[in-house]
Amino acid sequence: MSATIETLRTSAWTGFILRKTGSVVFAFLVLVVLTFIMVLFIPGDPARSIAGSDASADELEDIRAELGLTDPLPIRFLHYVTRVFGGGLGQSFRTSEPVADILAARLPFTLSVSLAAIAVTLVVAVTLGLVVAALTKGNRRQWLDLAFSWVTALGGSVPQYVVGALLVLVFAVTLRVLPAAGANSLASYVLPVTALSIGPICAVSRVVRREAQSVLEQDYMRTARGWRVGVVKQYLKYALPNLVTSTLTLTGLILAGMLGGAIIMENIFAWPGLGRGLVEGILQKDYPVIQGIILVLGVIAILLHTAIDFLLAIIDPRTLRAGKGQH
Amino acid sequence: MTQITTVLDPATIEAKPSSSRRRPGPILVVGLALLGILAIIAIVAPPLLNDAANTITPQVRQAPSLEHPLGTDSFGQDLLARALVATRLTLLLTLGASAISVVVGVAIGTLVWFVPERVRTVVLALNSVGVAFPSLVLALIIAAILGAGAVPALIAIGIAGIPGFVRLTANMAASVSVKDYMTTARILQVPAPILVVRHLLPNMAEPLLVMMAGHTAFVLVELSGLSFIGLGVQAPDYDYGRLLNDGLVSIYSQPWQIVGPCIMLVISGLAIMSIGDGLAARANPRTSGRLVPATAARAGAVGSRPAPAGTVASVRDLTISSASGAPLVRGVSFDVAPGEIVGLVGESGSGKSLTAMALAGLVADGLQLRADSLVTCGEDLLDGGSTAALARSVSLVYQDPVSTYNPALTIGSQLAEVPRTHLGMSRSEASAALAERFEEVRISNPTLRLSQHPHELSGGMLQRAMIASALLTEPQLIIADEPTTALDVSVQADVLRQFYAATTSLGAAMLFISHDLGVVEALCDRVLVMYRGEIVEELTPEQLASRDVKHPYTRKLLAAAIYLEPDTMGAKS
Repeated sequence: MSATIETLRTSAWTGFILRKTGSVVFAFLVLVVLTFIMVLFIPGDPARSIAGSDASADELEDIRAELGLTDPLPIRFLHYVTRVFGGGLGQSFRTSEPVADILAARLPFTLSVSLAAIAVTLVVAVTLGLVVAALTKGNRRQWLDLAFSWVTALGGSVPQYVVGALLVLVFAVTLRVLPAAGANSLASYVLPVTALSIGPICAVSRVVRREAQSVLEQDYMRTARGWRVGVVKQYLKYALPNLVTSTLTLTGLILAGMLGGAIIMENIFAWPGLGRGLVEGILQKDYPVIQGIILVLGVIAILLHTAIDFLLAIIDPRTLRAGKGQH
Repeated sequence: MTQITTVLDPATIEAKPSSSRRRPGPILVVGLALLGILAIIAIVAPPLLNDAANTITPQVRQAPSLEHPLGTDSFGQDLLARALVATRLTLLLTLGASAISVVVGVAIGTLVWFVPERVRTVVLALNSVGVAFPSLVLALIIAAILGAGAVPALIAIGIAGIPGFVRLTANMAASVSVKDYMTTARILQVPAPILVVRHLLPNMAEPLLVMMAGHTAFVLVELSGLSFIGLGVQAPDYDYGRLLNDGLVSIYSQPWQIVGPCIMLVISGLAIMSIGDGLAARANPRTSGRLVPATAARAGAVGSRPAPAGTVASVRDLTISSASGAPLVRGVSFDVAPGEIVGLVGESGSGKSLTAMALAGLVADGLQLRADSLVTCGEDLLDGGSTAALARSVSLVYQDPVSTYNPALTIGSQLAEVPRTHLGMSRSEASAALAERFEEVRISNPTLRLSQHPHELSGGMLQRAMIASALLTEPQLIIADEPTTALDVSVQADVLRQFYAATTSLGAAMLFISHDLGVVEALCDRVLVMYRGEIVEELTPEQLASRDVKHPYTRKLLAAAIYLEPDTMGAKS
């Protein structure tokens, strides 16, 4: 009996991991094809970009051959795929620096600021949502209910970059207590992380609060009260695990969107990360850099989604089977 | 009746729900009013204010003044005028990009249900990659191809929003298409395009509208964001994002420059989001319900009287009312003697469960409780009582075993709560004690059960486990709220018999709530009949058996029991 159930669990996990691996590989292939096609569609001649406007026709032809632009499309795609997997993503048109080096230099800045913002968002939003749900349970403290709704609605509707600009105005320009730009010290993380997380905190805490409200009304919470479980334990052991599934599912997209927010944010705070590199690349038509950064951002987004799915499956094994229909 | 309503398409039934649901809520009104004002600004501002906004004057970099309420920029252009004029371009771009996402997304999401399944699988798999991708990154790929500019930004944001609508539409079409009325329509061989226009779309309209509003707010932010980082609208044109970009460049010398575009962006965002929230509230009445005025959770005692000696539970003049003051339980008084089994019968809503919960000290937050005295197992519940003592001496068994358990935790982790917290047992001691009790109620493989999650056990087994754990603390009082109603009829009698045997062998008293008079008659020493929050009659099982009852409600209850539940009446003997 027990052996059968263990086997069932193992096979559910095997199936889940196979499915997830499959969808990660598929998403990555789509990404590779997309970045390849993107460069095909880009108007203008890469050879001209490298050689400059005064190059002769022969020189251009040489560069084209060197870049493999004269090969037929399938061959070019194969070359591209080999290069992507080999890590050699070409050189920047502008600085001739290898794209891999540019990525390696910029990635830590983007990752650190995004992860910090995600951590801040989850901790603050879950605490806030849970506390407000607990305090307003049974239609008590209506002033808090109203204040929470209004403040989070307002905070959630102000674009992150407006928050960023206003934070710079107040803390860097007027009060002069925090640096406005650059990534030189821990203090320079404060404004970008705050700007990135205020909106998501508002959005996520509303979700948490709504979910918590319904969880707190469930029979099993009454059961826990019947066992005279302490208030803090009631919320942490009995309510929180039931919130995590729905909250993570709903906030997964919000958090993945944090990456998009980080791109804009980096341009406000002159943050030397991927987002600023991408925008500079687009403005300067530096295609190898654009290609590299989009590949990396795409992989991060895919991994983030998969990580959330795995987290959900670990917390709530019922999603192992249900996960199939999610996408 | 129910059959008929499910085969009819709700969207084609003429009758509308009550008017209160259709009346736009205050949030929707505020949103529409704000959007109206913005639309007027978008139409009127450019012809009226173009001179002030776009003419280069010598009055450069002026701080806010009466003449220029928001100051001027480095070309001497009035910043308030520029913020207002920018409204037209911002709104046009936003609406354009949203329209692309909605129209293309809905079209693909609907049509995908009319192509072969293999094609659909591929399209939806590709789409899920698109959804997983941050839409801004998707937009930047497109912007990289098309270059920087207003139209490329519009197309980029528009395309980037398509996957979300494809997924929403495809999911909704999937759920709508398996509804009975769709099957009916298909059996009647209604052609596909008519199916879409007449049945699919109207039934998806409300969630679609809500998502459209949310998406439009999102488009506003992203488009302005692209302009803000220099990839959207290019000088000399300007939208809110472009103005914000200009302002940020000179934030140290002219900090007031960012004020105008910030305010306009926030107002536009609020307008669109309010419309979305208002629509969502209308679609989902649960969130739009008016809030009932809150009151204090507990009113406390009016004047305490000592409880009679020799009772495990005693309540005098118990009144419970809802937060709005409506009485739910009125002036209930009774005692439970040690080892006595007291039945509490009545229809749902008669206040029997609330009374029982009050006896356990578990009245829900937001309800008001008043009593002259309320003493359970020696604890005065009007003063709160000792939780550890209550946990040991009062056990509860609830109606629905499935919802009683926490789905996220293992059986063992939940049921070990009382022995570990209140009896001071270690984890392994608690498990061993539970396993022993499980065997008494004939649960197979007890140690495995303890490591399983509730969804892995049957309802009957869950309820047996709950009963076993309720007996573990050797309580003086067990409160059982219809413990077998939710179970399969075939296991009801069995579970009840074990419950009864275990309780009497412990010598515990029981408050047994039920609407099954047959079971109550067989089980209880005394029966209390509740009706509309009051105890209307107190009976012995003999009186119940001989139909010797006075209150008309009890007679009705008896009459109903005879005709509706002959099986259970027979099963008790």
